[in-house]
Amino acid sequence: MAKTQPKAPQGLSQDGLVQIYKDMLVARLLDERMWTLNRIGKAPFVISCQGQEASQVGWSAALRPDDVVVPYYRDLGVAIQRGMTVAELMLAFFGKEGDPNSNGRQMPGHFGCKRLNMVSGSSVVIVQMLHAVGVAYAMKMRGQDRVAAVAFGEGSTAGGDFHEALNWASIYRLPVLFVCENNGYAISVPQHREMAIENVSDRAGAYDMAGVTVDGNDVLAVYEAALEAVERGRRGEGATLLELKTYRVVPHSSDDDDRVYRSREEVEAWKGRDPIARYRQTLTEMGLWDEGRDQAFRTETQSEIEAAVTAAEAAPFPDAKDALRFVYAEEGQN
Amino acid sequence: MPVRNMIDSIRDAIDVAMAEDERVLVLGEDVGVRGGVFQATKGLLEKYGEQRVIDSPLAESSIVGVAIGMALEGLHPIAEIQFADFILPAVNQIISEAAKMRYRSYNDYSAPIVIRAPFGGGVHGGLYHSQSNETIFMHCPGLKMVIPSTPYDAKGLLLSAIADPDPVMFYEHKRLYRLIKEEVPDGRYTVPIGQAKVVRPGRDLTIVSYGLMVHFALEAASALAAAGVEAEVIDLRTLVPLDQDTVLSSVRKTKRAMVVYEANRTMGPGAEVAALIAEQALFDLDAPVGRVAGLDIPAMPYNHVQEEFFLPSPDKIAKAAQELVAS
Repeated sequence: MAKTQPKAPQGLSQDGLVQIYKDMLVARLLDERMWTLNRIGKAPFVISCQGQEASQVGWSAALRPDDVVVPYYRDLGVAIQRGMTVAELMLAFFGKEGDPNSNGRQMPGHFGCKRLNMVSGSSVVIVQMLHAVGVAYAMKMRGQDRVAAVAFGEGSTAGGDFHEALNWASIYRLPVLFVCENNGYAISVPQHREMAIENVSDRAGAYDMAGVTVDGNDVLAVYEAALEAVERGRRGEGATLLELKTYRVVPHSSDDDDRVYRSREEVEAWKGRDPIARYRQTLTEMGLWDEGRDQAFRTETQSEIEAAVTAAEAAPFPDAKDALRFVYAEEGQN
Repeated sequence: MPVRNMIDSIRDAIDVAMAEDERVLVLGEDVGVRGGVFQATKGLLEKYGEQRVIDSPLAESSIVGVAIGMALEGLHPIAEIQFADFILPAVNQIISEAAKMRYRSYNDYSAPIVIRAPFGGGVHGGLYHSQSNETIFMHCPGLKMVIPSTPYDAKGLLLSAIADPDPVMFYEHKRLYRLIKEEVPDGRYTVPIGQAKVVRPGRDLTIVSYGLMVHFALEAASALAAAGVEAEVIDLRTLVPLDQDTVLSSVRKTKRAMVVYEANRTMGPGAEVAALIAEQALFDLDAPVGRVAGLDIPAMPYNHVQEEFFLPSPDKIAKAAQELVAS
């Protein structure tokens, strides 16, 4: 029997469908290259998006460029989807002059760039939820149809700002998309030691807010759920707590050893549910992608990454005294 | 010219800023219908509406965190923390986020918010309505710390703080709210952030202070004058950035200095001012730098005997000044 051809969600052109795949693949290949650079001693630190690409690119693709995104430190896929280039991300990875996130001040993974309406974040978890609420308050006050989207891991939902942010957003029915990228672990602590419930999104009910859980490794399901939430926000119907069930297939960071807290069988099982392979299959069934195009795009991306590595390695570090700048506004600046 | 106490002048400053600029708004606990527990925002809800005068949920981290988000989107929020004692849940948002937003984004983003908080004791506020915890924020580059001691300065400094492109901590001594009145002009005027003021000239020693303690120092100076000692009193007005020149030029003239403050004595503003003087003017000194400060106990007790025991007073300041001059 012939398989039913997968259906493209509303609002996505064929190019849009392909672009989502490309963004996911670029995130994966770039992330993998960062690990090898770290392991050969060329860079001190990696924090990874691997396994979560469908979640990240999927929710990010549901937004407009004039919306505001507040990512967390694992959201390489979001940064790429918003338009940060491989060359820029490699400068950030090496902490070099010209890194558009922080000019080499922050560890890799701390994305933020005004050009992309992507708010700068710290390493402190869950604090960013309140920033998205304030941004959305300003949008609503001005009668705009923009939304703010903020991402966080499920581990950080144990923190108080999670509650404070959902409470504010629901009191004022603010246009916020709260995205929980649930990868099952807060570094080493599994979800059942982080919370007693199965779905983070169940908490939405306590705030009279829409709560949705979807398979975070199914990029089109993520996109559709995020788009519905975003449209709810634009219509003035308030915030959504969207939970994406996914898995981080590598350690928390280059300084972590995940063998001490989870079995290889578990990790391998999740690698078998790889969101990129899965979406490649979908696109192939739609007739939008094939092996030849895949190989060509991989080759092209690998060259782009190698060019970015070469350029970033050759780029200067910021001048030591540049560390003194922008503690406060500089003279004449507002 | 109208005569106003400090709380009226603070309300007037907020009113002026909100009337001029739609981006200015206030948020905090009880700032709306109640007009603030000290009445700093009285009447603003009626005038500017619920969107710009926001009764926040009882959660300090959210007051500051949401204000940061508003500022990211171009608003100029004035966040009220009901008592400085309750600011601690918001410290993560203030220090990790607001103070570092410009720095970590290499000037892409900033968080121009004003955080107002009543601080200080002598009002029978007990352990949790009396604290002077300004030192926490003085150790964090990226923040400014302003502490006015008069109604005129409070309005002018608050208008400067609201216009400032960076986060400003604005600490108001609650005992000063209704203690003194003076002429405060209507409309906009500013007092620049970062300038101390010599509030009483003198030749024999310099007393460096801020907030309520400025007034205690002035009382002490009057008593000292009767005994033939002329104290110069400096009101810092801004702790960060610290006006080093005003402090140093006074000390170079008087040769003796003491710092008077209500915060715990150790590792506080007194240490920083003393270090500044030691680094820049040691050989001008005729005596070690003195400190008259709050005690090194967790907080100011409620009963009045121990409250007075905790606090510097005009008598304690005068006595310490006489010992310093005699040394």
